Order: sequence, then C-alpha cells, then structure tokens
Amino acid sequence: MGTLADASRGEAGLNPTQPRGGQRGAPDAPWSLIKSVRRGEPMIWLTGSALGISILMIAGLIVVILVNGLGLFWPKPLEQVTLEDGSVFLGELTSREGIPNPGQPDHLQKQRILLRVGNRDLYGFDFKWLNEDDIAKRETPREAYFIERREYGALIGVPVAVKDGERTLAADTPAARMALAELIEKAERDRHAVETIEKHEIGGINYEIEKARLESRRLDLALSQEPGRDLSRERAAVEKATAEQQARFQTKAAELSALMAKAGTSYVTFRTAEGGSKDLRSLDIYRAYPANDLSWAGRVGVYSGRLWEFVSGNPREANTEGGIFPAIFGTVMMVILMSIVVVPLGVLAALYLREYAKQGPLVRTVRIAVNNLAGVPSIVFGVFGLGFFVYFVGGGIDRLFFPEALPTPTFGTGGILWASLTLALLTVPVVIVASEEALAAVPRSMREASLAMGATKFQTILRVVLPAAAPGILTGLILAMARGAGEVAPLMLTGVVKLAPELPLDGFLPFMHLDRKFMHLGFHIYDVGFQSPNVEAAKPMVYTTTIFLLIIVVLLNLTAIIVRNKLREKYKTGAF
Amino acid sequence: MLMTNDDVATPRDTGLRIKTEVKAPTGAALPPSEGPDIVCRKVNLAYGDNHVLHDVTMDMEDRRVTALIGPSGCGKSTLLRCLNRMNDLIDNVRTWGEIRVKGLDVNAPSTDVIEVRRRVGMVFQKSNPFPKSIYENVVYGLRIAGIGDKTTLDEACERSLRGAALWDEAKDRLDESGLGLSGGQMQRLCIARAIAVEPEIILMDEPCSALDPIATLKIEELMYRLKERYTIVIVTHNLQQAARISDKTAFFWLGRLVEFGPTAEMFTAPKDKLTEDYITGRFG
Repeated sequence: MGTLADASRGEAGLNPTQPRGGQRGAPDAPWSLIKSVRRGEPMIWLTGSALGISILMIAGLIVVILVNGLGLFWPKPLEQVTLEDGSVFLGELTSREGIPNPGQPDHLQKQRILLRVGNRDLYGFDFKWLNEDDIAKRETPREAYFIERREYGALIGVPVAVKDGERTLAADTPAARMALAELIEKAERDRHAVETIEKHEIGGINYEIEKARLESRRLDLALSQEPGRDLSRERAAVEKATAEQQARFQTKAAELSALMAKAGTSYVTFRTAEGGSKDLRSLDIYRAYPANDLSWAGRVGVYSGRLWEFVSGNPREANTEGGIFPAIFGTVMMVILMSIVVVPLGVLAALYLREYAKQGPLVRTVRIAVNNLAGVPSIVFGVFGLGFFVYFVGGGIDRLFFPEALPTPTFGTGGILWASLTLALLTVPVVIVASEEALAAVPRSMREASLAMGATKFQTILRVVLPAAAPGILTGLILAMARGAGEVAPLMLTGVVKLAPELPLDGFLPFMHLDRKFMHLGFHIYDVGFQSPNVEAAKPMVYTTTIFLLIIVVLLNLTAIIVRNKLREKYKTGAF
Repeated sequence: MLMTNDDVATPRDTGLRIKTEVKAPTGAALPPSEGPDIVCRKVNLAYGDNHVLHDVTMDMEDRRVTALIGPSGCGKSTLLRCLNRMNDLIDNVRTWGEIRVKGLDVNAPSTDVIEVRRRVGMVFQKSNPFPKSIYENVVYGLRIAGIGDKTTLDEACERSLRGAALWDEAKDRLDESGLGLSGGQMQRLCIARAIAVEPEIILMDEPCSALDPIATLKIEELMYRLKERYTIVIVTHNLQQAARISDKTAFFWLGRLVEFGPTAEMFTAPKDKLTEDYITGRFG
C-alpha cells in the first residue's frame, strides 16, 4: 500500500509543466521508469493482468466446453478404409494423432486414425485405431448409413433389403433407402403407442395394485394389533379392487403384446463393411441417415433432431445415448424446492440475528459460526443429510405413516425432498449473510419514521424493512442457487440416481412425489464420463451435458436477477 | 443577519442582530390557549453514565408553537424524542421525571408506547418517506392501525395532503413513488403522513435544515396553518426561524433549560446572559 500512497504523492509532486505520459519512451529511461513506478503504473498493470487472466480462464473454459459439446450432434461423414491386408472398416473419423514410439527416430512421425466403426454386437468394439501406413484405400461410399438404435450403440452399414415377416418390401439398396424413412416414422409412432400403454396405462394399473397391496398390509397390521376385529368388509373391497385391476392389466398386457407383434414384424437388412449382414427390427431404429449423401439442410435437420431428442428425451444405453430430460427436470425441481425452503429459513434467521437479538458476544459468535458454516465441505452436509434427514426423519415418517410398506422404505431412503433439504442447509448461510447485510442497509430513518407513526416493531419489519431489503435477500438467493445447482457430492448420498424410472412430478395423485429419487445434471456428467461402459462414445456427451448444466444455472440465476431488478426499481431508496 | 431590531428598546439590546418580528397568522388572531398540553416535570435522561438532560421543567401550551433552541448537543432533540418515547429505541437509556401529554403519563409502565406515538406525531430532520407511492405513504399510519376501507383512506389522503399544502402538486401522481418528489415536497409529504392519523401534537426535529429557503418558507407557512389545530414543538438551529414561527422559545445549554418564555421577549430582552450571548451569535 505504501507504493500506492507514494504514487499519488509522486504524481502531485511531479514537474507540473510536463505533460502526463510524456515520459514514456523518453531518452532518460531510468528516470521515466522510476517515475512510472512512483505513479503506480506497475500496480495498474498488475491488477489489469490479474483481471485479464481470470477472464481468459473463464472464456477458455466456456469455449472448450462449447467446441467439444456442440459438435456431438453434427453428422460426420462415414469413411470406408481398406487396409493392405484386405480388411475393410467403415466408420466416422474421430481423431488423428502421431504414433508414440519414444526413443526411436520415428517417434510421433507416423500417424494413425481413430475410426468409430459402431456395430458393437458384431465386432465387440466400437472404436478402431488404424495406422495410416497400413491403409491402401480411403473412400466415402454414398449409400453408407449411420443408424441409431435401441441397443448396442450405432450401426453403420448399407441397407440392402426390407422384409415384413416373410414378405419382401424392398430387395435392393435404392428401394430399401426409399422404404427406410417411412419405416422410421412408423417405428416412432409405434414406440409412442407402446410407451403410452406401458408407462401411463399399465403404470397406472400397477400403481392401483400397489395401493391395494399396501391397503391389505395395513389391514393385516390392524388385525395383529386388535385381534378379533371384523375387517372382512374392507378386505373384500381390497380384493375386489385388486381383481379388477388384475383384469384390466390382463387386457392391457394383451393389447401391448398384440401391438408389439404387429409392429415388430418388419426388418431391415444391413450389409456391413466387411461383408457381414445384420437384420434390425424397424421398431428398434431411432434415426438413420446417409452420412455421405446429405444436403446442408439434411445435416441441419439431423443436428436439430438430435439436439431436440437430447433435451426432451429419456436416456438410453446406460445414459450414453438418448436425452437428458429427466436430469434437467430433476435439477430444476430440486433447485426450486431448495429455494422454497432456504429463503424463509434464511430470512427468518437473519431477522432474528439483526432485528431482535441483543447485539453482544453471543450474537457475534453465532454470526461467525454461520459464516464458517458456508465453508464446510459439501460432502459433510451430505453425510449429515443421510444420517439426519434420510435415516432419522425419513425413517421416523415411515414408521409413523407408512408402516404397511416396511421393510421397503418410503421416505427412509434418499429422495428429492431430502436432497433439497440438505442443499437448503448447505446454502442457508449464504442467504443469512446476504439478508443480514440487506437488513442492515435499510436506513435507520425509515424504521424511525414507521415507529414514530405508532407502528409496532413487527409491523415495521413487515411493511418497511423487508420490502426494502428484498433485493438484497434475492441476491442471497441467487448466490445460493448458483451454489446449490452445481453441488453433486451431497446429492449422491441423499437421493440422486443414475437412472430414475419416474419423474418426481407426474399425473398420479398426489402429483408431487417428494420421496422419489431423481436425476441431476451434475451427477449425470460424472456418471456418463466415469461410470459408463463406453467411455470413448460418452466423452462428447460429458461436454454437452455440461453445456446444459451451465445453461440451466444461468437461466435460473437470470430469472432471480430479473425479479431482483424489478424489486430494486420498486423499492429504490435514497432519492438524494 | 440584519440590524432590524429598532422598535424595541431595552437596557441589554445593544448587541442584538436577530430579526425579531413575530408574524401573526394571516387573518384572525390566535384562538385562546386552553392551558398546558405537554407538562414536563424534572425530566432527566442518561445514556449509560452520560447524563444529558438535567431537571427540565417546562409546559408547552395547546395550539402554540414551542421552539427549542441551543447549541448542538445541548439536549433539545433528546427532550423532543422523550415526548414520544423515541429514545426507547436506543440501548442503555434511562429516563426519569414526569412527562404528561394531555394528561397521559408518557413514561408510566402502564402506558402503551404505540398509543403515545399515535397521539404525538413526528417529522424528522431528513425527510424519510417510505419507498412506496405517495398515497401509501400518507395512509401508512391508518393502514397499520388496521383501517382498510378505501373511502376512509382516500378521504384521509386528500385531507392530509391538503393539510400539508401538497394536494395541488401531488393529486395527479398519487401512485408514483414518494421518493420522486423534491426535497421540500418530501418533507411536506412526511408532515401529511404525520397528520393523517390526527395526532394531538406534532414534533418537528429541525424540519427545514436540509431545505432551500423557498421550501423552508413553505414549511413555515404550513406551520402557521397547522398550529390552528395542533400543538407543535420544533427543534431548530435557525434562530430567525424560531423567531418567525414560535410563540414560546426555550433555550437549552448543556442539558439544562436556561430560559423559557414568550419568543418576543426572549429575542428582545433575554433575562439570562447565556441566552443573550447565544442569540446574538457570541457563541454556539
């Protein structure tokens, strides 16, 4: 700091006739250097470059994620590579690098390419390294197709025939290509119909059957507590309901198998590069496009179709394909639940600390403790959430309200409610600190005006202090949301799963299922990147999911910032 | 500072340089006072060990303006804030002695502080409207008293704004923020807010110290009108203002009431040497 003070004094004491900046590049270099140091120029450079480095790092982070992530959906050309030994590979060119051979003169001189050949069910691998020296011929066949299907990753080959049962619909490649588009559309419709029956109708029936089972368990429990009680009427009702639902289930199951039988009869035969052939049920085809025979519009179409599937679809193939919608939904819902809990809790605590508590050593200690709570590693909160919320509170709720379901836990296992509460606990110090500052910033004159009018302290807080402090409180919420949306570690212990079969919000009463486990974008990134069986294929997914996590956080924050600015406009204080 | 003191001759007026004309309100003479409205008997106050008010005994009359003058830190604002118990907000304050506002014992344990503050309105040095609309500012006191009837509120709003001479300026912008007004208008808004609950007494703590002369003049004219209905106690550093608007003046020095009497007498023939020195500008 001494240099800064010197610098300002130095500036004042400089020869006043000399124009500022005139020394730069002047012949008396040592003097000008000393003068510039005394004026504090190095400090400007130091601070400026610190800011520059920070911005550069953040910009670099975003650029790396965008470049790696946004390319995932772009249809890459398919290359057919023939080696000297006659073997043929067809696939997407993924990367090219020098072959490491340390200590030898050809270290990194020769190149090799990585081909995504797909067809894991046929080859047992997805990716193949090929040395460029061994390659005899490289070509881009126009009729080669890239097919996304239900399982085993991508299929890469040439469609040669289409069959419906025993009937042949198309016998050569051009006819098969013609037929393919229509088949995929039909498969899309059929899958939708199957999903409607499976998820919604049969799902609803299962829900009713489960309810009836729990009801009968409840009757058993009641009977064991009160032997001799006549429960036959209730039991008959339960049995009747179960039988009804069972009958409905049988009908629906028959309907489903009929639909599957009808839809699952058409097959497309593909010829792979090395001459093998694969019959693929058309119902399993999600998308197919001739990668080397696409117009620009076609490519954009494939790109936007894949992007939409990614945002709105369910994950397939151990999360490495399909969409991330359940994860987006889970993240947003968890952050909203957390905000609903954390704002009242934090604001009330801050109100007590700032407005009601007698300021003294005790309050100061509490304040320091709250501030330090913000620095506790998040996994510690996760352990606490597991021990307190999940096992203690959740277990207690189960024993009290859901004894019929035991030993299967209802609330006594991780769920979105416990995860949100744990995160609320994790972020409440941020809200308390920000709210306290906001409350302290409300001018004393405003409180006095209200009190002098005969308002009670409570009325003053409610009508004057809180509205004036609202923007500051929302700043705390913004910080809390930014922290909460990015937290993963505590969630892994309190309710996040790799794949949640159902969303925590659906059409069955009571609509909001706070006991359900959920998916989260942050955990999804970890899972796809490090827990997936097909790491090479999953790598771009990691970046793309990261983009979406960033977008979600930015959107959530933006909403809160817009609300805050509106409030600020409304409760502008200090007009002069 | 003009030498206008020419028509009153007293043995000790040689140094007086303060304008001492006391204007009567235009038109009628003052209605007769009905006796003391605020009675202070041996009022003492201490912040911790710091004893700041010593045995203040004075009566403030009904529908009159009483000015409290004195150098900074002499206890005049503290006394003012005793009258509606605003000193309660400060930790470590002890008050003893007796204060009665229209018979109500302000400091008695049985007295509801909310009741006191409803009967004794206050206007502060720095205008402090709430960050709400002009309308909501004016009706704030009614709302916290639980009045929600729209017509009652509308009537009170208009009456109070008229009473504070702000109606013509504000009637078309009642929904705009009170903070968008000028400094003088904001202070009049605060006065309107204070009179909306129909207090019996209005305390003013240097209400014009942050205002320009024209805005000050408006507030002073307003005070002439207000004293027809309310008892006003004003703390001011502006001696001309005290001379212009007040009926009685009290001079405080180091927490003691030095002299208290009719303003005209006080500014022309002060009985105490300290008072004379202060109002002639020899110290303070």
